[in-house]
Amino acid sequence: MDSSTMRTVTGRAVRARRRRTAVTATIALGAAAALAACSSSSSSSSSSSSAAGGATASSTGSSSGQAVGVSLILKTLTNPYFVSMEKDAQAAAAKDNVHLTVAAGKQDGDTQSQIAAIDNAISRGDKGILITTNGNAINTALNQAKQAGLFVIALDTALTPPNVADITFATDNTQAGRLNGQYAAAALGGKPAVIAMLDLFNNQVVSVDIDRDHGFLEGMGINPGNPNQNGQEAKTGTYKGGGKYTIACHQPTTGAIDGGRTAMENCLSANPDINVVYAINEPAAEGAYAALKAAGKQNQVMLFAIDGSCAGLKLVQSGEFTSDTTQYPGKMAALGVDAIAKLARGGSKPSVTAGKAFFDTGTSLVATKSVSGVTMQSPTAAASACWGS
Amino acid sequence: MTEQAAPVLEARGLVKVFGRVVGLDNVDLELYSGEILAVIGDNGAGKSTLIKCLSGALVADRGTIYLNGKEMRFRNPQDARDAGIETVYQQLAVAPALDIASNLFLAREIRRKGFLGKVLRMIDTGEMKRESTDQIKSLGITTLQNIGQAVETLSGGQRQAVAVARAAAFGTQVVILDEPTAALGVRETRQVIKLIRDLRASGKSVILISHDMPHVFELADRIHIQRLGAKAGVITPKTHTMEDAVAIMTGARQVETARSSAGASSDAPSSAAADGGTRGG
Amino acid sequence: MNRFNSKGIPVAITTDSAASAAVEDFLNRPPSIGQRIHSVLHRQPALSPAVVLVLACVGFSLTSSRFYQLTNLSLLLQQAAVVGTLAAGQTLIILTAGIDLAIGAVMVLASLVMVKLASSGGVPGVPALLIGAAIAILAETVTGLLVTRIKLPPFIVTLGMLSIFTAISLIYAQGQTILLNPGAFLLWTGNSFAIGSLHLTYGVVLMLGVYVVFAYALRYTAWGRHLYAVGDDAEAARLAGIRVNRVLLSAYVVAGFAVAVAAWILVGRVGGGDPNSGLNANLESITAVVIGGTSLFGGRGAVMGSLIGALIVQVFDNGLALAGLDPNYQVLAVGILVIVAVSVDQWIRSVKA
Repeated sequence: MDSSTMRTVTGRAVRARRRRTAVTATIALGAAAALAACSSSSSSSSSSSSAAGGATASSTGSSSGQAVGVSLILKTLTNPYFVSMEKDAQAAAAKDNVHLTVAAGKQDGDTQSQIAAIDNAISRGDKGILITTNGNAINTALNQAKQAGLFVIALDTALTPPNVADITFATDNTQAGRLNGQYAAAALGGKPAVIAMLDLFNNQVVSVDIDRDHGFLEGMGINPGNPNQNGQEAKTGTYKGGGKYTIACHQPTTGAIDGGRTAMENCLSANPDINVVYAINEPAAEGAYAALKAAGKQNQVMLFAIDGSCAGLKLVQSGEFTSDTTQYPGKMAALGVDAIAKLARGGSKPSVTAGKAFFDTGTSLVATKSVSGVTMQSPTAAASACWGS
Repeated sequence: MTEQAAPVLEARGLVKVFGRVVGLDNVDLELYSGEILAVIGDNGAGKSTLIKCLSGALVADRGTIYLNGKEMRFRNPQDARDAGIETVYQQLAVAPALDIASNLFLAREIRRKGFLGKVLRMIDTGEMKRESTDQIKSLGITTLQNIGQAVETLSGGQRQAVAVARAAAFGTQVVILDEPTAALGVRETRQVIKLIRDLRASGKSVILISHDMPHVFELADRIHIQRLGAKAGVITPKTHTMEDAVAIMTGARQVETARSSAGASSDAPSSAAADGGTRGG
Repeated sequence: MNRFNSKGIPVAITTDSAASAAVEDFLNRPPSIGQRIHSVLHRQPALSPAVVLVLACVGFSLTSSRFYQLTNLSLLLQQAAVVGTLAAGQTLIILTAGIDLAIGAVMVLASLVMVKLASSGGVPGVPALLIGAAIAILAETVTGLLVTRIKLPPFIVTLGMLSIFTAISLIYAQGQTILLNPGAFLLWTGNSFAIGSLHLTYGVVLMLGVYVVFAYALRYTAWGRHLYAVGDDAEAARLAGIRVNRVLLSAYVVAGFAVAVAAWILVGRVGGGDPNSGLNANLESITAVVIGGTSLFGGRGAVMGSLIGALIVQVFDNGLALAGLDPNYQVLAVGILVIVAVSVDQWIRSVKA
């Protein structure tokens, strides 16, 4: 037998065996895939059926009966803003017979912890996730959650892109910035404005950072330039009412007091004539105030904050902040818990505010001095709805 | 018969086990005053382990060590140094980033007098440099020129000279040298050999580990042979030849049967010459 | 030159004087500029970051006349004070070939304890300060014990401590920022005084004080020598008689003092306690140490370099802001700075005997 014949003989046998193996493998693989698909679709169908028609199983129509699992995933627990969300969410959960699981990132920007919490929500079989996002890295996990049948509500900050969440409950951050900007323009009354923009980050893009910054500029009648980036507006020009403006600086604060202070110090060094300061939130504004005070400039600068915490309103009262636009984080979280509980028990999905892409939980401007064309509340009046302490 | 003097350093029944590997198996050792004891053995025989137990770098699992008849517990290298035992390790144990003077005085730095020294604990770099220069000169080491030079810039031989100088300068009782000529050239080796002789002449006792048989037989008064973790025996250059030593090291022969035709010498400390180990072969 | 016997076989080889002279000539060649710079930097590790600092200052003065105004220089020092002080402690730990990833978290915790005790706890300023300081030193001691007793790599240990101390801060602060009343004792580090027209805060003075003490200890005491020896080659140091574990532990404990001072300076800067402030300080302190020329492998570096490193980061931050550059470029600049610094350090560390 020469080698070629041998090869042919064994080759055929081997090839035939290989073919059989391949076919068997394909069938096995296909069966496994089919089984997997079937089981997942059956689980999702079962969960959605319990969500939609759960009426039959557990519906007594009311909030009694089985507890509904809801995950509240916050940015951090070091910010009293999110702490107040947790507080009001717990209250709503108790009222609605909801089993609430709370998780958070270790610091602003920590997406890893949030992704883990989303995975846990899916495995726990929660009916919905309320989340304040730390960044776009969580989007994939949220999409998986939605596929697994959980209802995702973004709180406070819309996701990028917004439709990763089923709906967003948020302050209109652009409006919050806009109200401050309108106040600034009205209060200046045509005088030259030298504006310091104290943003959140310079190494990542978060929607709240862009929205508030752009909202403030729009409120002053200044075109933000690029809708997706901060710092792209024309550095000089005229604002609403005809006065001239100069943008002195854009500096990141990381939303904390020390960051706000450093940012304000650098801005003042760059341009000592600053008379308008936009701050991304209250801690940044507090830090900015410390810097202004140390430089002796606190009386010649209008300082604008956003958040509306009870402590912040006191700073409006004392004159540190010129104005502070409010948020209602507790309301966001509580309404979110209510919505998921309702949905899980057969009710309808929550819907967006007319004309907006999200459910607007409202904002108002709080100041001590009134200006024309801007609706505002006094600090004492606003104190009844403030969050934190 | 001459009265047997008490040993300066004595170890009885040393056992050291590393996991399941036997480092030392019930080893006895005696070092007499003013002698050079060579410790030889094949790789893995336990030479380094033995001297590390004597120098405090390792703590034996069983056994006792006596210095001048007094029982000692060396829990760390500092304890041994405090007792007057100085060691030159194979790895040299010098701090590369520091200079020669600092290395000589490592872990026994001299402090300035008065307020600066007592309260601010400032070290006297000038004094350390002066003393180092003196020590090195008196030891006859010529290869170390600049005392302020960082040790890492020195050649291997020069580093070894630093380590030997440190041991020679501070060893008041016993100086242990583990392969001191391993990295040295001919001239430096001769210098170290002379140094070892000078140590003995000055009254110190020396333990010397070396693979170099000619040097061992040139220097040693007695030779302690390790084999497979146990003491294979103690011989002297006068009573045995180099071939005998190698044969005992490798187990081809036992000590008693390996006498050279030169015969036993009665000068050797009695009973040590024909001391067979507890385990041979 | 060879000598040959009658059969033409070389019997003696004597060294040709011309041949060995050639080698001697090469060995004794005058050092090139590069080698000269190398040897100078090798002996003075803080010199290269100092040069970078000077160059950066000169450069930024050219791009903005406001850079070298005294008010701005004073701000630079204040901005660098917290991380700078932290970096002094981090230097000690990195010199032992360790690292402390939790040093900032310990600082934040200590600052929160101080402030909370002084405000809602009703504790007077000085005891509140001392208790906060004790927390910092205790935390670092625990870290040191874990490194020396359990013998876990410092990277792993401090990574775990980072989570632990962050969690403790969260639970302790309940997410509240607490602003102290002006005139409170703890805010003293934020008060400033004038030297001529330069305003300095007491916090800056404390930072400089920490550096002076640490630099002295590292250079002039036996303890400092032992620290370097342990970081360079711990086993060699042990065989030479140094109590390695004691030295390692002491590095962490002494660093704890620096952390305590940094916490106090943070309180002065923030105006109270803010759980969100100083969260980046962990990495910022390591950046300052690395840029300052201390080797991450241990045993090399001068603590003053870390002060310069902290200043360099602030100078870049401040200078780029004054130059009106896009804030994104600041992040890029610091990243490049770190890589350049570590590369230069590697070159300096290489020993040409």
